[in-house]
Amino acid sequence: MSLLELKNISKIYGELKALDNVNIKVEKGEWVAIMGPSGSGKSTMMNIIGCMDKPSLGEVLLDGVDISKESSKKLTEIRRDKIGLIFQQFHMVNYLTAVENVMVSQYYHSMPDEEEALEALGRVGLRERAKHLPSQLSGGEQQRVCVARALINAPELILADEPTGNLDEANENIVLDLFRQLHREGTTLIVVTHDPEVAEAAQRTIVLEHGRVAREIINENFQE
Amino acid sequence: MFIRMIRGALFRQRGKMLLIAFTIALGTSLATAMLNVMLDVGDKVNQELKTYGANITVKPKDSSLLSDLYDVEDEGDVIQTSYLKEEEVGKLKTIFWAFNIVDFAPFIDADITLADGSQVKLVGTWFNHHLELPTGENLDVGVTSLRTWWDIADGTWLDEQTEGSENAIMIGTVLAEREGWKVGDTISLEGPASSCEAVITGIFDAGGDEDEQIYAPLDLVQELSDTEGKVAYIEVSALTTPDNDLAKRAAQNPAALSAKDYETWYCTAYVSAICYQIQEAITDSVASAVRQVAESEGAILDKTQLLMILITILSLIGSALGISNLVTASVMERAQEIGLLKAIGAKDRSITGLVLTEILITALVGGVAGYFLGFGFAQLIGRTVFGSAIEMKVMVIPIVIVLISLVTAAGSLPAIRMVLRLRPAEVLHGSKA
Repeated sequence: MSLLELKNISKIYGELKALDNVNIKVEKGEWVAIMGPSGSGKSTMMNIIGCMDKPSLGEVLLDGVDISKESSKKLTEIRRDKIGLIFQQFHMVNYLTAVENVMVSQYYHSMPDEEEALEALGRVGLRERAKHLPSQLSGGEQQRVCVARALINAPELILADEPTGNLDEANENIVLDLFRQLHREGTTLIVVTHDPEVAEAAQRTIVLEHGRVAREIINENFQE
Repeated sequence: MFIRMIRGALFRQRGKMLLIAFTIALGTSLATAMLNVMLDVGDKVNQELKTYGANITVKPKDSSLLSDLYDVEDEGDVIQTSYLKEEEVGKLKTIFWAFNIVDFAPFIDADITLADGSQVKLVGTWFNHHLELPTGENLDVGVTSLRTWWDIADGTWLDEQTEGSENAIMIGTVLAEREGWKVGDTISLEGPASSCEAVITGIFDAGGDEDEQIYAPLDLVQELSDTEGKVAYIEVSALTTPDNDLAKRAAQNPAALSAKDYETWYCTAYVSAICYQIQEAITDSVASAVRQVAESEGAILDKTQLLMILITILSLIGSALGISNLVTASVMERAQEIGLLKAIGAKDRSITGLVLTEILITALVGGVAGYFLGFGFAQLIGRTVFGSAIEMKVMVIPIVIVLISLVTAAGSLPAIRMVLRLRPAEVLHGSKA
């Protein structure tokens, strides 16, 4: 059974079809990149997969359960329990330190555990920066904190929206290495990007154009 | 974690939180100042109005009856047949509303004959008479403080507490001019019962009939007219509450009131309630309000209080709008943060609790600072306008707490609800791709 399956998904805003009859399957442990130009429906798809929006038509099966008709409250619970989110703009709580930003995710999931949060920061190489505020961290460091925050609750799926969009090459490589490490550990990754280099790091790339799946590319050179 | 988040929000965003606290402090100070002044202005204005003299007259029952029958107010036109007891005058300070009795003076009149054979009205009264009450209270009462509008044209007020004052007198300017008398002159006074020599200590200009009269200590006039221990009437200056329907009904017949109304009336400083209590205290007396003074005082007081209430309400609305706007703006600014918390699994209830706790702590800090600041403002207003301090009214504290809590909640709750309605996708990135 696939971890995620989008069946005939459409998202319609008035006259505009942001997504038009999209069908996608993502297996457990798979690393998939979603690519496409601006306006192709990437972010809309991410919002639907991330339980932050509902499709106008079609079904979204997560772990075999259709979540497309669930209430906002239920979607919040699913998001909290199964999905780790990474954003292009990082989105950290600016008055909390790096470790506290990671602990916030624990707090709303179960119980905050500072030692565990420090370990997660250690995994992204930021243990020594744990007590720093976001304003004291570089963009790359902030994104790594967000990765730590996304993985702290051991989600089944990590969903990243342009995770390297605001990073320089060195930090981009650090983040991609983290993704490789997570993939090796069996985490399912869906990365929305317009950067071909980031897409090439994934096992498979789905290209969206005008809200439709234009093509799927299997990365022959994928390295574990 | 909740406490860490609150602490982080309060201490690591000091500038922003201080701005909110400062606005709340300003709003609170305005509310506190105006409420304190409003609640105290009645007493202050009432005190000011006391400079217009007595507002209650106490007469013997029979004398009052004659005045009522013949519709005359001037005691000189009526043959004095009954008197009040001088020893009972101090009882005015033992009634339920004793603290509202600001001043009083007993009077007795006598027609005396001067050396040239002309007749003049001699008024005996207390000037600055020292009283020691059975309650242990000591006070000085009399016309010196009751007739504050008298202009002393020459000399000084008669001081009862100095030696020789028992034969001292004060005379009106008209009489002084007519007779050619000066301060320090000794004149002969021949009363109905005896005669004496008296020294003029002061010449006053009262702007009325008093300017043709002689004012002397009560004992002297009682001796000249053989009325020792008796007084014809008492003038009383009391702090009163403006009359309402209940007071008017009670003034006609207190016995007709229901038990509850009677209690309300008796325990309110209506002029009729104070008169009633005076009658209870002084044997065979009739206390009546000097209507013109009482009604003018009531009207001035009502208008001043209405003005203060309107200013206070406007101030409170202004404060509420200021606080509410800033709190709303501050919550709206946090849309992304709230969107993020929702995205990582926070429930609406948790977010509302978090934001409200932060704002209420800030409001508490601002509110406490504002309360004391406002009390300072109230003192400034009191000193500037009334020349005295404004009393701290305890009831202002709960009013201000409720008001600031409501205003802060009213400013933050709609904003929080608005932000919570936003989907994380809309705040964290555009949902349209």
